[in-house]
Amino acid sequence: MNITVRVWRQKNADDKGRMVTYGVENVSEHMSFLEMLDVLNEQLTLSGDDPIAFDHDCREGICGMCGVVINGIAHGPEVTTTCQLHMRSFEDGAVIDVEPWRAGAFPVVKDLVVDRSSFDRIIQAGGYISAPTGSAPDAHAVPVPKDDADHAFDAATCIGCGACVAACPNGSGMLFTAAKITHLGLLPQGQPERESRVIGMVEQHDHEGFGGCTNIGECTSACPKGIPLDTIAQLNRDLLGALAHGKA
Amino acid sequence: MAVSGLIMVGYLILHMYGNLRAFSGPDAFNEYAHHLRTFGEPMLPHEGLLWIVRVVLLGAVLLHAYAAITLWRRNKKAAGYVGGKRYQTKQNRTGIQRSYASFTMRWGGVTIALFIVFHILNLTTNDIHPGGASDTAYGKLHNSFEHFWVLLAYTVALIAVGFHLWHGFWSAFTTLGQNYSAKRRDSFWNSAAIVVAVVITAGFLAPPFAIYFFGLGG
Repeated sequence: MNITVRVWRQKNADDKGRMVTYGVENVSEHMSFLEMLDVLNEQLTLSGDDPIAFDHDCREGICGMCGVVINGIAHGPEVTTTCQLHMRSFEDGAVIDVEPWRAGAFPVVKDLVVDRSSFDRIIQAGGYISAPTGSAPDAHAVPVPKDDADHAFDAATCIGCGACVAACPNGSGMLFTAAKITHLGLLPQGQPERESRVIGMVEQHDHEGFGGCTNIGECTSACPKGIPLDTIAQLNRDLLGALAHGKA
Repeated sequence: MAVSGLIMVGYLILHMYGNLRAFSGPDAFNEYAHHLRTFGEPMLPHEGLLWIVRVVLLGAVLLHAYAAITLWRRNKKAAGYVGGKRYQTKQNRTGIQRSYASFTMRWGGVTIALFIVFHILNLTTNDIHPGGASDTAYGKLHNSFEHFWVLLAYTVALIAVGFHLWHGFWSAFTTLGQNYSAKRRDSFWNSAAIVVAVVITAGFLAPPFAIYFFGLGG
């Protein structure tokens, strides 16, 4: 198939940036979206142009590195990561717009690459359990109700790709933060730090310049892992509880 | 946003109940309006309860507006606009699933605020009095709603209120941590929001429509 790609090109953080149009011919429909970009980059390299910078790592849909906005939708038309999106999701002759995540807290580094270290700092503000390390304990050493385990696991599948922020009209990172709060807050090991965690992470989230949630739900629709929207209510519940106990 | 919004929803339900008294006839309606002013006497002064409600409501409106403007400015900055647009593409401009109600919350709120100003000038102070001024509550109501443009203005405004409540009521309870469903449409509070939005819109529009089309109360 032959397609036209309009890509956001931006030399560095200070460059203004613009959309540039490229034609890509003989694209196999079995290629992933990133492989199509690889082919385009080979073309650009051969013609002496600067290849398009984009983030990627595992290409298996589990690392969360490869995020771009395709035709206005984070990770494109399928509910998956960009690396697991295949060209068969597009028509022959399609014009495909590719842009970086847009958010105040995700500044563009180059082309499609954004700096997502604000997410790391939110995790550092409480998204962990302080526990002695060592060999893994027996799985049944601490009983966890099945429902809680399932909910915690659903939330734990977050790969921190940032699609929620890119999709949110408010540029809010609430789904990402809520996924971690829910994941750790539902498990027994997460209880001692439950209140300080929610306060710390929400404070850091706001400090990084992410927007406030207005419960629109674009985040959960764009999420390649389907992190459910009720995690945000869980976050609010924990936050109100922690504030009521004067933990702020 | 959530708490001030819910205070206003509570008021709307009481206000709607009062309006529906119009179906019991002009005397019952005027009686109700009069009784609102003498409610709690002699423990409260004349119109005492009314002024308490007005102060609380004004507080809620100001708080709601302040919170909305703060959130609006913060979120605009957070969304990372490039020039006037966030994404340059012309495709999927309205996102994947967001409803008309959810993306009209801000301008819809402004519209409703302007309508409230008109509404107070019209039916409270009666400075705007199409069809002639009146001393009685029912008279003000009746004279206004004999005019099609007044009916139209209230209809548009009440539909805007309905949309605002559909998203707002659900959203308020999520903010307060009361959503336990992975999908919004499975949530009890989403169903409750639809009921509240429909009941309030229909409840408020029933008396004006009855007056215009069926000549309620002569």
